[in-house]
This record gives sequence, C-alpha cells and structure tokens, in this order.
Amino acid sequence: MKQPSPANQGPVRLPVWRARFVMAGLLAAFALLAGRSAYLQAVRTDFLQEKGEARYARVLEIPATRGTIFDRNGEALAVSTPVKSVWAIPADAQLSEAQRRKLAALLGLEMSELKRRLGDPSRDFVYLKRQVPPETAEALDKLQLEGIHHHREFRRYYPGSEVTAHVVGFTGVDDAGQEGVELAFQSTLGGKPGSRRVIKDRLGRVVEDVQSIRPAHDGAELRLSLDSKLQNLAYRALKDAVEQHRAKAGAIVVLDVRTGEVLALANAPSYNPNSRTRLSGAQLRNRVITDMFEPGSTLKPFTVALALESGKATPGTMLATPQGRMTMASYTIRDSHPAAAVSVAQVIQKSSNVGAAKLALALPAETMWDHFRRIGFGAAPELGFPGAAAGRLRHYKTWRPIEQATMAYGHGISVSLLQLARAYTVFATDGELMPITLVKAASVATGERVLSAQTARAVRAMLEQAVQSGGTGPRARVVGWRVAGKTGTAHKLENGGYAADKYLSSFVGFAPVSAPRLVVAVMIDEPASGQYYGGAVAAPVFSQVMQGALRMMGVPHDGPLEPLEIPSEAELREST
Amino acid sequence: MAKLNLLLLAVLVACAIGLVTSQHRARKLFSDLEREIDRARELDIEHGRLQLEASTWGLHPRVEKIAAGTLGMRVPEPRRVRVVQPGKGK
Repeated sequence: MKQPSPANQGPVRLPVWRARFVMAGLLAAFALLAGRSAYLQAVRTDFLQEKGEARYARVLEIPATRGTIFDRNGEALAVSTPVKSVWAIPADAQLSEAQRRKLAALLGLEMSELKRRLGDPSRDFVYLKRQVPPETAEALDKLQLEGIHHHREFRRYYPGSEVTAHVVGFTGVDDAGQEGVELAFQSTLGGKPGSRRVIKDRLGRVVEDVQSIRPAHDGAELRLSLDSKLQNLAYRALKDAVEQHRAKAGAIVVLDVRTGEVLALANAPSYNPNSRTRLSGAQLRNRVITDMFEPGSTLKPFTVALALESGKATPGTMLATPQGRMTMASYTIRDSHPAAAVSVAQVIQKSSNVGAAKLALALPAETMWDHFRRIGFGAAPELGFPGAAAGRLRHYKTWRPIEQATMAYGHGISVSLLQLARAYTVFATDGELMPITLVKAASVATGERVLSAQTARAVRAMLEQAVQSGGTGPRARVVGWRVAGKTGTAHKLENGGYAADKYLSSFVGFAPVSAPRLVVAVMIDEPASGQYYGGAVAAPVFSQVMQGALRMMGVPHDGPLEPLEIPSEAELREST
Repeated sequence: MAKLNLLLLAVLVACAIGLVTSQHRARKLFSDLEREIDRARELDIEHGRLQLEASTWGLHPRVEKIAAGTLGMRVPEPRRVRVVQPGKGK
C-alpha cells in the first residue's frame, strides 16, 4: 500500500479524540485554576490578607510618660524626661578598632568593658549603656555603626535632690516606683504605653491608622502636701543639728493643724536620688514614718490629759514625790528635778516621771490602753506610704503595774515620729485627732474627738508653761509667737535593756498657742557631743523651723517681740 | 441609549477621580495630623525639661545664697514685721 501524499488529498481529517483530548486538558487546567483561586479567595483569605498587610502595616508603640510630682505650690519635685538606651547585637557588631574607640569615648565606657560586652556573639541583645542624653544618641547615629542601636526610655529627675528624697522616693531603671511616694502612688503615676497598627508608605511615613489596639494612658500628675520652702528649711535645720551634735541620725515632721497635711518631712542622713550609687540602708530609712522608738517624756501630756479627762485630777492637784523617787517591785523611778511634791501642771513643766507614774497608776489599765489607741498609737496611720510603722502598744491584759507606770512617761511603748506629731494635734485643736495626708488637701479636714475642749485647753496651757523659764524646753521658744511643747530625752533600747549613754532627744510642739497652725516634731538619734537633753538638742531645731515656718505662712504675731534670753543647761535636765 | 451610557461613563470617571483625590487628601491630612501629634509630644517633653530647669534654677539654697550674698538681703527682726490680715481693718 502506497502512502497518499497530503498535498493531493484535500483537507486532513484528524481523529476526533485528539480535539477532545486537548479540550479536556484545557478545561481541566481552567478548573484547576478556578479551584485554586477559590481556595485562596475563600479558604485562605484571612491568612493571605494578613501576610499582605504585614508588608506595609506596622504596629507602633505609643509611649506614655510618668506623671510629674509637684509640691503644694506647683514646684516640680519629680519630672520624667526622655533619654536613650544604647544596645547592641554582638554578632552584627563587627567594629574596627578605631570605631570601638570612638564608641567607648562617646558612651564613657572603658575599652575593656566595651570589649567584654560585645565579646559574646551568642547573645542577641546586650545593653551598652542605659539612659544617655538624646544628644549622645544623635552623635551615635552619625557614626553609623553596624549592630549598634538605641531606643527611647524615660528617666526621672529629682530637682529637690536630698532635701525631698525621703518623701518623694525614686523609681528604678524600668520606670517603676521603688521608694516613697513614687512607690505608694505607682498605680496613678505610672503611664500605660499603648499600641496601634498603621500603614506606612515607601518613605516610612505613616499614612493611615488601621486600628488602635490599645490607647496610651499618661500617668496622672500628683500634687503633694509638701511646701518645698518649708521642707528645705526643716531639712537644713535638722542636718545642721545632726552635724553639730554628732548624732547618728535625725528626723523632723511639720503638720498643718487645720488640714492634717504633712508640710515638711525630712530625715538625716539623706541621699541624692539622682545618683544612687553606694546607698546605705541608714540613708534610705525614712525614720519619720517607718522607724519606731520609745518616745519618753513627750508622752506625758497624754497621761496628764487622761487623768484630767477622767476627773482623777485637776491642773492644781498635788502629787507626793518624796525625794523624786518611787520604788516598785525592785525598780526605782527617778526625777531629774527632785521635789517633795509636784502639781499636775508641774509634771509636764518639770517633766516629772514619778508624778506621771502616779497619775497613771490611779487609772485602770484598760482606760489608758483605750486612750492610747484612740490617739492613734499601735495602728499605722492611713497614709498609703510603704512601710508605715504601727508602733508597739501591748494589750492591757498583759501589762504589769510597773509597765503601766513607765508607759505614763513613754517607756515600754513604741511609736513613730509621725504618730507622735499627729497625736499632738489633739492639743493643738480643741481635742480632735486630725487625719493626716501627704497629698494636698482641698479643704479643712474634720478630726475625730478624743478629748473634751476643756481638757485640751488645760494641757495646752501646761505645755506652754513647759517652754517658759522653769520648764525643760525654753530653747523651743520663738520670738513673736507663743509656742507650746514637750521635750523628751529617752535612753535607747539596746540588747533588751536601756543603754546608759545612748539617748534619743526629741521635742514635739505647736504654735501659735492662741490659734495653733503648725505641729512640729523633732527627733535626734544618739547625740554624741556631750549635750543630749531634748531641751538642748531638739528644742532649738523646733524653734528655728517654727520661726521660719510661721514667718513664711504670714501667721499673725501673738507673743512678745523682744529677743529671748538663753536659759542655763541645768534647767533643761530630764531623765526620760 | 448610547447617550445615557456616555453620561453614566462620565459620571463614573468623575466619581473615580473624586475618590482618588479624596483618598489622597485624607492621607495628606492624616500625615499632617501625625506630624502635629509628634510636635505636641515634643513640646510636652520640652515642657517637662523646662519645668525641671525652672526647679533647678529656683532651688531654695541657691535663691537663699544669691539673696544673702549678691543682694545683701536678710530676714527682718520680728519687731519690724507687721502682719496685715485682709478684711480685718488695720
């Protein structure tokens, strides 16, 4: 059979199945495409859209600043400003020797230190230096170093430095409060950074907000009750006294009688919160609020007040104090100014231990305990301040008679200086215990009645006598205003007994007596210059601070304007 | 019929161009807003820095030193001070 040539046989007829085969193939390809696109469009759409968005959408952090802390007059006490923290990816940071030297010089690091930090390539992230000024970061950008980056952080600055250190406290490197008000008000001061998703264009500009994931919340401002002028005055006076008497420490607090605001609160030794290297525990301690001590004679006015209130005595009642001693169960209570008998008023004026003990023993233990509780002892003041001491006041059922007697003059009971200052508001007002606050108060506070107005006034008159000549605290007097107050000279507790030569000198008082505005409490721990009576060590600090404070506040004079005579050392003597 | 179609086409084109311009304007306004927000933040930070500076210049020990040293000021004696209270006459 001869093969016909295609040229002379008309149109070629292909087998039908070939056309069908191609058709089916094309259709199958279309079906495959349609199926794939349906799958991508319908089933995997979320994933793909997310991936697509990731090419141009970014999540940005919205920074939030920490709230500023002000004093009562709007002076800044703690401010946050942005700084840069420089970090590196050691594996990426292949720097030449010259570059390293430049970097070290810029950051103020030792070369060896820089090498050590960049030395471990297994780490992904290492801080080179935290909290450098923004200008340093700009200079760093100019060097264009591979693998060296920086990000924004906030640093807290304290313009008041050591003067306000104990009240304001400080924050850690992570911007969270660690001490003082910074810690106490962390929840309101701290800002919450937010984040949002945006679309960025080719040049890195944000062109559209996609969604706000979390809005940022800046920390709230805080206005403290402190008066920085008064605070400065109190701190300087205290520091000078601590240095002059070579004391271990000192503490002072100033309260506004009407509002219960803490106007000044200082401790010595103090520290600079802006550079906290080599801080000792002694510097950090806020003795006013967190330390408790046996107050000694400064507690006598409360014993006397209770005796008057319960009708057991009047200011003129005489108490027998033969040779100024009283012996109870092998323990002898002594007076520094021995007399055959003292009046109730003289118990405060001359600081008679025997007299106070006698008054206390005439009262039921429960009444005395209840009285101490009501003036705020044995319970931490509601300040919200970290570590506020409650003091120590044992339950009356465990008291022995000798303990009740010593408690009358402030031994066997512990309080914080703040509690003591607050308790004196009872005499500064007409018998009301004022609530205290570290935050600026909007209005006059209402106290809680503890004593009758009559008793409060009677004790106030006795406290004024105690600072006149003949009392133990004449050095507390102030030119131009009448003051009242009580000295304290307590032996320090050591190893379960009282140390013979270690004292705690204190003075608590208020002024002006005609309409008291301020309570000032001073405590000097272990004065070692020879003088140790509260009337000689603590009272002058009280006088200095009170004088300045009354003048600053423009309180009208109510006392003589003549210069005061300086009383002799012998008169200031007291033994608790 | 053709006329209507042509008209609709014109409307469509106008709408499309309008959409594009308004989108563009929105983005521009948004970037302006963004810039202003940044500026506000910068100013806020500047404010904090100035506050800090004011507090540092106004530190009481410094003021005291200048008052006593450079200006020769001192606290008046109490007898030379008279406290006047508003609303209480002389």
